[in-house]
Amino acid sequence: MNFLPEFIVSKDSHGTRISITGRLDAKGTSNLWQAITKKISSCDLSNLTLDLERVNYLDTAGATLIYHIEKLVRTRGVKELFIVNLKQEFSPLIELAKSIKQKDFSDQIPKKLSFVDNKGKNLSDTFSETKEFITYIGEITWALIQSLKHPKTIRWADTFLVAERAGVDALPIVALISFIVGLVMAFQAAIPMRMFGAELYVANLIGIAMIRELGPLMTAIVLAGRSASAFAAEIGTMRINEEIDALTVMGLDPIRFLIVPRIIALTIITPLLTIFSNLVGILGGALVITSLGYPIISYYNQIASFVEWNDFVGGLAKCFVFGILIATSGCIRGYQTQSGPSAVGVSTTRAVVTGIILIAVFDGIFSIMYYYLGV
Amino acid sequence: MKQIETIIKIENLYAGYNNIPIIENINFKVFKGEVFVIIGGSGCGKSTLLKNMIGLLPPISGNVMILGENLSQAIGKEKNRILQKIGVAFQSGALFGSMTVMENVKLVLKEFTSLPDSVMDDIVWLKLKLVGLEKAVFLMPGELSGGMKKRAALARAMALDPSIIFLDEPSAGLDPTTSAGLDHLVMELASSLGITFVIVTHELASINAISDRIIMLEKDAKTIIATGTPEQLKNDHSNPYVYNFFNRTIHKGEK
Repeated sequence: MNFLPEFIVSKDSHGTRISITGRLDAKGTSNLWQAITKKISSCDLSNLTLDLERVNYLDTAGATLIYHIEKLVRTRGVKELFIVNLKQEFSPLIELAKSIKQKDFSDQIPKKLSFVDNKGKNLSDTFSETKEFITYIGEITWALIQSLKHPKTIRWADTFLVAERAGVDALPIVALISFIVGLVMAFQAAIPMRMFGAELYVANLIGIAMIRELGPLMTAIVLAGRSASAFAAEIGTMRINEEIDALTVMGLDPIRFLIVPRIIALTIITPLLTIFSNLVGILGGALVITSLGYPIISYYNQIASFVEWNDFVGGLAKCFVFGILIATSGCIRGYQTQSGPSAVGVSTTRAVVTGIILIAVFDGIFSIMYYYLGV
Repeated sequence: MKQIETIIKIENLYAGYNNIPIIENINFKVFKGEVFVIIGGSGCGKSTLLKNMIGLLPPISGNVMILGENLSQAIGKEKNRILQKIGVAFQSGALFGSMTVMENVKLVLKEFTSLPDSVMDDIVWLKLKLVGLEKAVFLMPGELSGGMKKRAALARAMALDPSIIFLDEPSAGLDPTTSAGLDHLVMELASSLGITFVIVTHELASINAISDRIIMLEKDAKTIIATGTPEQLKNDHSNPYVYNFFNRTIHKGEK
């Protein structure tokens, strides 16, 4: 059975004697540490004898305690410290504890940055990262132009596979979100419009909002969450597994090989998913209108007479750009993956955040542009 | 007398990261058909040197000449053209996880040749047979053992029949028997196909077994501290670091 260590203080003709009994392992030492150091700090010492006869086990924690007692005793001005009855097998550990403590690690401690230094470093990191991002955009643009000039060099099999995973597999989630958005919007609009007897004009609202704004935006956000993160994780993992280095040394351009197919796939499927989203959103609105007692044909006629081709084309034009932005942000963030266990997670998060920010900014730019163009 | 042909030439190479050199003033030549080994302790810059030699890292200054062409100055298509003449097998294998072993080896053939599919398949089978993986053709990288991954990586590196193959720590993480098997394979390929191997390792058994010539890097010196055959370095008493590296014989109980 392992008893916790104890110590006894006694006085003899040589001065104070501290006898330690038991196991000086990590648990025992932590139990003893405070009491023994307190005792040594408070008692009157001239000469001290540390009797370790009954210490039956000592590890690095125990050795550190002995060394610490020795240091403490010296600071208290004790003339002599005698360590007696130390078992021979324990002495190398105590010597080791002394040698490690004597080393100076101070020059290796990383310097703490001041607030200003820290902010400056962050700013500098952001600048270099932005520069890197812009460089990648340049390289990707060049690779895209080259691929479009020579369509045979595009990896079509990969492109279709990505299109299937990012597009077809995303249909249920896009349908669900668009349907609910259409339904909720119609309900919310029907309440105030009913006061003016204009419930049917809910159709105009749903039609224009879904086709011009919400269809493209909802689809883009779903794709940013679903596909940009997937791209970042795939490419990030390849980066960590040295697969991208392997491509490079094979003389294969990783941008053409990995990024171009993803951008082409997403640029094609984003508008298609948006058309689907528009239809399902309008269906959500139709459910509300029919429940209010209007025939479905009135709902259809209302939308058909109000929404113009300009609105439809304007909405789709945005989607092409959103598709490029989502794929680019996912791929670049994946490409920038550093090493370490959290690296892919960080890249995935950054891909989604970058994607959503870019979508919001470009949606604003499109709105201003359409306003001035009269679209 | 057999003509000695220089196949790789490193001139005044300074290499590192963020313009801070880890290795300085590196100069050496690799001759055709030899097994050339780069050794040194951890952190001495072996991998940095390798990355410069295979074009993954641009040098701070100096030149890496591969088959008479300057890889360090080449960019874009020119660089890719030079890289197609070499093969690299990474420490982890770096096999493409979404492709079978066969597809991994076939990839470069598909990209850079216009051979009929059946011919490409034959070439892949041949390469996989050479490395002893004829029974793992349709396995995914995740289903392979460490040694098999390295063999598959070697087969992929040989896909375009390069004249030089670079191996990064081929024995790392392998048991002695598998490691010895890989050494045998390297020796066989070097003698039968005349491939020049440049190997980064610190596995003493492998070094003694396969190397024709060695360069040794050292962290504090930041450069090559010894060059020669394994025998020469083993008996080099002039530098204690080199001598200890090759003659480490600590026995249990010794201090």
